[in-house]
Amino acid sequence: MRIHVDAQKCQGHNRCYALAPELFDVDDYGQAVVIGDGNVPPELVERARLAVANCPEFAITLSE
Amino acid sequence: MTGYDAPKSIYGPVTDWVTDFDHGDPQYNRHAHAIWDELRDKCPVAHSDRYGGTWLPVTHELVREIAYDTENFTSRAVVVSTEIPLDPAPIGGAPPITSDPPFHHEARRVVLPPFSPKKIAEWEPEIRRLCNELLDEMEAEAKTGLTVDAAIQYAQHIPVNVIARMLGFPLEDQDLFREFVHDLLENINLDPQDRISAFERIDAYLKAQIDDHIANPRDDLTGYLLDVELFGEKIPHELVGGFILLLLVAGIDTTWSAIGSSLWHLATHADDRRRLANDPSLMPTAIEEFLRAYAPVTMARLVAKDHDFHGCPMKKDEWVLLPFPAANLDPAEFPDADKVLIDRAENRHSAFGLGIHRCLGSNLARLELRVAVEEFIKRFPDFELAHGEEGVVWSVGQIRGPRALPVRIA
Repeated sequence: MRIHVDAQKCQGHNRCYALAPELFDVDDYGQAVVIGDGNVPPELVERARLAVANCPEFAITLSE
Repeated sequence: MTGYDAPKSIYGPVTDWVTDFDHGDPQYNRHAHAIWDELRDKCPVAHSDRYGGTWLPVTHELVREIAYDTENFTSRAVVVSTEIPLDPAPIGGAPPITSDPPFHHEARRVVLPPFSPKKIAEWEPEIRRLCNELLDEMEAEAKTGLTVDAAIQYAQHIPVNVIARMLGFPLEDQDLFREFVHDLLENINLDPQDRISAFERIDAYLKAQIDDHIANPRDDLTGYLLDVELFGEKIPHELVGGFILLLLVAGIDTTWSAIGSSLWHLATHADDRRRLANDPSLMPTAIEEFLRAYAPVTMARLVAKDHDFHGCPMKKDEWVLLPFPAANLDPAEFPDADKVLIDRAENRHSAFGLGIHRCLGSNLARLELRVAVEEFIKRFPDFELAHGEEGVVWSVGQIRGPRALPVRIA
């Protein structure tokens, strides 16, 4: 599974960073960035799903 | 000891919430959830002739659509009142909240870094210390058998103190800042000339603070704004005053309301209070759920040009309220929308707005709310309303939260 942040949609709510800091970081402007290549290890899939489900701007997607 | 004066109004009390609503009527915030439920069933976009014409959409879908539409709706003025400020688009009087694209983007980039999550996290020990100082005083009073007020003695002090420190403003002026907020955000239905006088008073204060920072430069948010560049140049001092107006006013009664509403919930829901006190791991979901269910902030826009919005004939310079709290309670968007579930894991709420105007201070607000609730229930695991709902005074206007919240500490 891979996680992706749409930088055009992200408005810096930081819900993903709070829910899954292993997968997301934030830049100096508070915008979310995916850590590394976005590969989600099995033990973090549930948290990745929560990040998707809590993003107010629908900016995060999880794909096979 | 209410410390709170209800605003004076040029309009009479509301008799019909569908055709004549007024968020400046003290009954609005007290009964907001029932009013939004009624409007969601009957409208879902209400209109009132007050304030020169005001629209109120109450579904998540419609609020969202307007929040993203910067063509048909301008942010030039964001507080519905009897007076539309003269500051023109795209800058407005308090950038970037009053700004439209493309200016908005550049103005926002100036103020995002000091409010990024990592910068704001540095304030946590200071906020915790402040909360405990307030709780010490309350505990001493409670021990003598007195009723304490969780809004007046606790919630209202936390954001004012923090923003005064961030801006490098005199801490002894905190009462004055609450007056400014009351004048701008609650005294919305005065004679327009009274609104203008209130703005002039605030402008004069901010100018004096800016002058003092120019004469005595220091390392704080005001100093940062005097030094930072916008479009490759230092920001003119008058515009710095606009930025500071936003930072000072927007962070005060909003966060104070969020803290107060959360404590109101815990005072009136003993099961949730005990659960949270016994299991602090629930805090992150509980805080997000309080933000969803009791979102304090309704924003506003002006209609930028005449257009038809889903059958509503919107006219230029009419107001549109964006009740994010109503959107958060929309059953079409949230299962069990009317229930407060402190372990709700999927919670795509929009308490901090949607789109380009996402609350700049959301990281600070969240931190203050979490620390304030954590410290309060750690100190007082058991408390309830001292005088029932009658003793609770709710705010007036676009920011919703308790202004008096007398509680009895067990």
